[in-house]
Amino acid sequence: MIQTYKIEVDCANCAAKMEQAAAKIAGIRSASISFMTLKMTVEFEDGADTGKVMKDVLKACRKIERDCEIYF
Amino acid sequence: MSRKQRKALIRIICTSALLCAAFFVPKGIISYVLFGAAYLVIGYDILISALRGIFAGQAFDENFLMATATVGAIALGEYAEAVAVMLFYQIGELFQSIALGKSRRSIGELMDLRPDSANITDEKGELRAVPPEQIKVGDVVTVRPGEKIPLDGVVITGSSSLDTSALTGESVPRSVYAGMTVQSGCVNLNGVITVRVTAPYGESTASKILELVENAAARKSRSEKFITKFARYYTPAVCAAALLLAVLPPVAGIVLGDGGRWSLWIYRALSFLVISCPCALVISIPLTFFAAIGGAGRKGILIKGSDYLEKLAGVKCVVFDKTGTLTEGVFEVAEVKPVKITESELLRYAALAESGSTHPIALSLKKAYCKETASAATEITEQAGRGVIATVDGKRIAVGNGKLMYELGVKTCAKGTGTEVFIAADGEYLGSIVISDRVKKSAAGLARELKHNGVYRVAMLTGDRKDEAERTGRELSLDEVKYELLPGDKVSALENIMEKARGYTAFVGDGINDAPVIRRADVGIAMGALGSDAAIEAADAVIMDDDPRKTVTAVKLAKKTMRIVYQNIVFAIGIKALCLVLGAFGITNIWAAIFADVGVMVLAVLNALRAMR
Repeated sequence: MIQTYKIEVDCANCAAKMEQAAAKIAGIRSASISFMTLKMTVEFEDGADTGKVMKDVLKACRKIERDCEIYF
Repeated sequence: MSRKQRKALIRIICTSALLCAAFFVPKGIISYVLFGAAYLVIGYDILISALRGIFAGQAFDENFLMATATVGAIALGEYAEAVAVMLFYQIGELFQSIALGKSRRSIGELMDLRPDSANITDEKGELRAVPPEQIKVGDVVTVRPGEKIPLDGVVITGSSSLDTSALTGESVPRSVYAGMTVQSGCVNLNGVITVRVTAPYGESTASKILELVENAAARKSRSEKFITKFARYYTPAVCAAALLLAVLPPVAGIVLGDGGRWSLWIYRALSFLVISCPCALVISIPLTFFAAIGGAGRKGILIKGSDYLEKLAGVKCVVFDKTGTLTEGVFEVAEVKPVKITESELLRYAALAESGSTHPIALSLKKAYCKETASAATEITEQAGRGVIATVDGKRIAVGNGKLMYELGVKTCAKGTGTEVFIAADGEYLGSIVISDRVKKSAAGLARELKHNGVYRVAMLTGDRKDEAERTGRELSLDEVKYELLPGDKVSALENIMEKARGYTAFVGDGINDAPVIRRADVGIAMGALGSDAAIEAADAVIMDDDPRKTVTAVKLAKKTMRIVYQNIVFAIGIKALCLVLGAFGITNIWAAIFADVGVMVLAVLNALRAMR
């Protein structure tokens, strides 16, 4: 399943790092962040609990940029 | 300006004031307090983030680098420089944030297709505005002048002209009347029209196009991936170099016995840290692509991803479909060749004899004749696959192909190009009329213009007969023409051309019959795609109207984009490398480093925005 989320992030390099961090979260097959449109596109693994997975993603992203936000 | 940006601006102004004051008071307690205050005002958030980063195991981020560089400068007693590094770093960040916000907005405006509301007539017969998402297929909406068509549909009543420029880039308004289909995103210019909706909001043209443009940024180009990868290694590498620079020369100095000079080398190492932030690079490349995709959208060209833009810039061979792409796709009388009578007489006989037929050729004859044809011909008999025989002015007029003439025993003398219709009266040959598909005006000079832009081969695929295809090929000075192709042959014909090509091959077609060919090409371009979902689906780039010259525009834009991308890569890496080298030898200092870092970013962002124009 592929989902797109609106995000808030200030720096392009952080966005690139967040993309890598998100891809490593369990339950996610691939993740891509477009810094220009401020959107995160996530491909979940089959049967993943998207809400729970996204919480982990946000946690991982906050480690990179403290005040970033993902709207899910 | 957002609240965040305003706060940053206030901090920058306060810090600048404190810094100035600190320069003017005599060295002493007061100046130290001023420097300290300035440093904390401008840098407190960076220091906090840096500390958090260290605890979270994310050491090498920009906050850490700035914190280390400035704390190091303070330790060396370079208070002014510590404040300046933070100050300029924040100015750079603010500029970047403003520039990004601005470009996001202006690109959003370029693609401002989204309707705000749709007007439906309620039970009382009054117009009521509702969100377009609530409209169902079959509902009737009213569009007043100045409003956007909210959803795709068919005009039921009224007539008006529409501004389609947001969709097609075409500035000439299109007139619409009852029975015509209209696409969402067009702006109604003068009359009130009512439209029966044929597609729900999510599937209407405006939504589809917006989705496409927004998702385009998710398909990353090779250069974008390269720069992210580069950034991943660049920062740690520069930090390692800084550490070596701080430690090795002093140690070497001690070993060689002429003193360590620790502070000199640490100072030089700090300037390394200042330049090690890769943000200018990481931001400018996607920004360039994004701006280019937005700018192309305004010109009526949709590009589905940054990677296609990159490929488009490297296109060496462009293959066109013929009918409907290079030609109008409408048959027309091209030449009238009478033998004994005048041109208009010949045309009259042909048109009258064909008066009952709806065949495209008959239609083109009637159109060329321009006069009423009804009931002038009698005893019309259609000769299937050959033509028609009818009585006009008491003569038996035969209009048809060579086969019909042969059957009637009429000798024809012409062997022209295109589709030729022969006319005979009572078994006597009167002449022929050549009918052909007219080449689009904008297609003339297309091959030459493409060649000015790095394309070395322009080819055409068609199902037409050899002579007709070659005539068009000569007219447009194409390098290669492949003719008499069945729809299934087109893919293998394209593959054949692609094998010989020395770069990427683009195929331009109408997107409906050519979908497999469009998919097979390195860059598949669909044309005249307004309102055709299949075309938008199959293609990598979409030309919204049916102007083949937009291919040139697209290639030009792609080349310009890649030029900007390379400029930014070379410029940013070059300046940083130069600063590193000069900094290591002590020729420049931290001031130069911070100016270089912020300056490179500002210039790279400004350069990137050029792609929008």
